[in-house]
Amino acid sequence: MAQHELNARNLLCPLPVIRAQNKISELSVGDQLTVYCTDPGTLHDIPAWCRVHGHTLVSTEENSDEIVITIEVNDT
Amino acid sequence: MLATKVIQDQGVHVEGINFYTGFCVEGHTHAIRKKDKDKQKKNSSLWVAEQLGIKLHIIDISEEYKDIVLNPKHGYGQNLNPCLDCKIDMVGRAWQWCQDNDFDFVITGEVVGQRPKSQRKSTMPIIARESQVQDRLVRPLCAHHLPETHPEREGWIKRENLYDFHGRNRKPQIALARSLGIDEWSQPAGGCCFLTDESYSNKLQDLWNARGERDYEIDDIMLLKVGRHIRPANNFKLIVSREEGENNFMRGYRPQFTYLYPTSHGGPLTLVDGTPTEADLELAARMVARFSQGRNEDNVTVELVRQHNEPAQALQVKPMPIDEIPDSWYVN
Repeated sequence: MAQHELNARNLLCPLPVIRAQNKISELSVGDQLTVYCTDPGTLHDIPAWCRVHGHTLVSTEENSDEIVITIEVNDT
Repeated sequence: MLATKVIQDQGVHVEGINFYTGFCVEGHTHAIRKKDKDKQKKNSSLWVAEQLGIKLHIIDISEEYKDIVLNPKHGYGQNLNPCLDCKIDMVGRAWQWCQDNDFDFVITGEVVGQRPKSQRKSTMPIIARESQVQDRLVRPLCAHHLPETHPEREGWIKRENLYDFHGRNRKPQIALARSLGIDEWSQPAGGCCFLTDESYSNKLQDLWNARGERDYEIDDIMLLKVGRHIRPANNFKLIVSREEGENNFMRGYRPQFTYLYPTSHGGPLTLVDGTPTEADLELAARMVARFSQGRNEDNVTVELVRQHNEPAQALQVKPMPIDEIPDSWYVN
């Protein structure tokens, strides 16, 4: 299992979702991807994308100027 | 959503594709404007996919889409919306995706006569032909008005379980949706693309006129969605934020622009696009003062930053009287 990071700061939805989707397509089952975002829309869209694709939403953290979302890649 | 459900109910595995062009209305405007902060920021395509239990592939075509916007073979709609070319392009891409991923046919929610440009009976075969999908394109909601398709002939789907909707009346679709247990749906097509908006199209045309060429970068089309756009002369334009959310969004563009903001009073961040002269920047400062809380004062301090992270120049200016800003300067 490998840890990966994706900088999606200053991108507006759906671009953070697209970047996460494209990155995950390159990863292996069990890998984790942490996405750094600033658009509050990602708090809804990335978890929704995980649900429709069957990946695990490990955590979401929101602080004053950044949203950090971690996804675990499943075999879908 | 309805077309997908109709095909799903025939036992067919369906996955969704959503193309991101850069002109999509949803998401961006809600994310930018503070007054929209209370609106739920859900992506309607993802929401639909979740309701239907299908996968959704969101594909960024914003770079390739330029050619559709700039050179539409079939022309524009009422504004700068190249709807027919757009439909042909997206159906073609969807069909290519199908071939790359072992899917057999494309379905769309088109209804004959529902849209004035891209959903006429005469344009339906054009889309099928020019996208090269040919008879692998199924329009489940109006199939009875169209020739039989390959999936119907092969028995993959039953024609008798498809529909004969036509025209702009959406009551039959709403009735079908209710009968299928669907009681919430996203807005109809058209309202989701900035290019169908007159004001947005005027701003895009203004940008082309000022630059002397029909081209754009993604940042250009993002900034056309925010702020007041004021063009006092062909060589420069001001983008004046209208509220805190836009202010925050535009701050991210400071490294690319000369910009101004009032410091003696509250007021908007203003980006200057183009090649302004010193006199133009003085004028810009007076306009920024006009939109600040010091608009009725004799003197407002406006800081001018010619290059981000370089020292600001403080300008003492008298706010421009509102009647000195001609309506023709506003691009909308």
